[in-house]
Amino acid sequence: MGVLTRKAAIVGVSESDLGYTPDKTSLQLIAQATNRALDDAGLKKSDIDGFFSAGWITMESIMVAEYLGIQPAYSDNTLPGGSAFEFHVEHAVAAISAGLCETALICYAETPLSDRKRRMGRSFTTGAPQEPEEQFEIPYGQWVPVPTYALAAQRHMYQYGTTSAQLAEIAVAARKWASLNPLAAMRDPLSIEDVLASPMMSTPLRLRDCCLVNDGGGAVIVTTAERAVNLGKKPVWILGCGESHTHRSITGMPDLTVTPAKFSGQRAFSMAGLSPSDIDVLELYDSFTITVLLQLEDLGFCPKGEGGRFVEGQRLAPGGLQPANTGGGGLSCLHTGMFGIFLLIEAARQLRGECGDRQVREAKTALCNGIGGSLASSGTVILGVD
Amino acid sequence: MTTEYKKPLPYIHAETRAYWEGAKAHELLLRKCRACGRYHFYPRDFCPSCFSFDVEWVKASGRGTVYSVTVCHRPAEGFGKDVPYNIVLVELEEGVRMMSTVVECANDDVLIGMAVEVVYDDVTPEVTLPKFRPVRKTN
Repeated sequence: MGVLTRKAAIVGVSESDLGYTPDKTSLQLIAQATNRALDDAGLKKSDIDGFFSAGWITMESIMVAEYLGIQPAYSDNTLPGGSAFEFHVEHAVAAISAGLCETALICYAETPLSDRKRRMGRSFTTGAPQEPEEQFEIPYGQWVPVPTYALAAQRHMYQYGTTSAQLAEIAVAARKWASLNPLAAMRDPLSIEDVLASPMMSTPLRLRDCCLVNDGGGAVIVTTAERAVNLGKKPVWILGCGESHTHRSITGMPDLTVTPAKFSGQRAFSMAGLSPSDIDVLELYDSFTITVLLQLEDLGFCPKGEGGRFVEGQRLAPGGLQPANTGGGGLSCLHTGMFGIFLLIEAARQLRGECGDRQVREAKTALCNGIGGSLASSGTVILGVD
Repeated sequence: MTTEYKKPLPYIHAETRAYWEGAKAHELLLRKCRACGRYHFYPRDFCPSCFSFDVEWVKASGRGTVYSVTVCHRPAEGFGKDVPYNIVLVELEEGVRMMSTVVECANDDVLIGMAVEVVYDDVTPEVTLPKFRPVRKTN
């Protein structure tokens, strides 16, 4: 067992209202999710002494803490993109193990759908002169994120013969899970043919290879092993974590077919003393279908280059051999910009057996993997229940 | 011409000025490390491999191959009239990759592995963008 294994547990999770929330700001959604996660844990706001948040507004983290009325003893606003919250889990466990805090709140919300309609604009800022992407990519018509992921998908197809139909398998499996999730935004049936007939975004990625755009937020509460066992719900133990980033601009990605999940995954598995065959439920960042395929390979669920064949036959779908993205994922449930927190929420609920129609039977272990930026950062968290 | 060009332009600063001045003179300049011999892209004042600050500007051959390509059907800001247009990552002979676009070629004919050579698009009096075209066999 690694130094951080079973030192802390997830004891409370919740999302805020999801979908389209034109009457709520991201701050309101964070407060709502935090309140619900505290209820879920049976804890009070005054129990929180570790504060973890990530968002695009300048100094957002301390703004959120002020809004919530939290003065933390330990604070972290690591922001490597959508994988932020997997990074935060690792940092929270480290801080808790070191005695720097006892109960950590990880929280986040964004409202890109409403912001678009109410013309608030997002706080997401780019274009600083020192950003290499601004100087060496943007003048060529590059925009983030669809074309950057498309470049990776194209390269994978070229090297390994991966097909659009294989990528579509991932979108179809996500939709089947979403159809079982009352909170999911897109629940109508979707076929491989539907995916292949959807509008082209950036070759080879079509609309249904791409995640949704919604409003929403979430909160996750992590505390010490001692405290976790005395709370109402089954502790969801943190067994292993890892984090890595290899580049920022897609031009700087060392190999377009290898994500930093290779490195974060190795450390998480090694810390947990587990291997991919030990994992019952997979929650993989699905900004795009290709994102899932690359993570399956890089985390060792199949050899490099075999991802296309691996996902065939609806392996990731309900009833499949490798249940993945059991809430419907970013492709069919929701995507707010940084999806990583929802991976943790769904995994915790699966391990507690709270997922109703979409419950994976006898789920004892789960792996969450967040990916941020243009396949740039990866955070892996392996969870388990007794 | 200056008033016509509505697409994003690079903000050129001291660290990269030689690269853009080179482009304006129709030369592709790369940074090479005198200590370890490696090239890097985008240009920096030091070598990101060995961290030596002893780096020089070297004229590249301008030849390379397409490492990956995507055809954008949804435009970046300023590119609405160009849809669909291609974006490529070119692997230069010197071993580094850069983003660009392939011209003088239909989008569907831009293929990974294709041999390309640099051409220069003087988009404004101040800025020239290095672009690439397929290498044509000489008779």
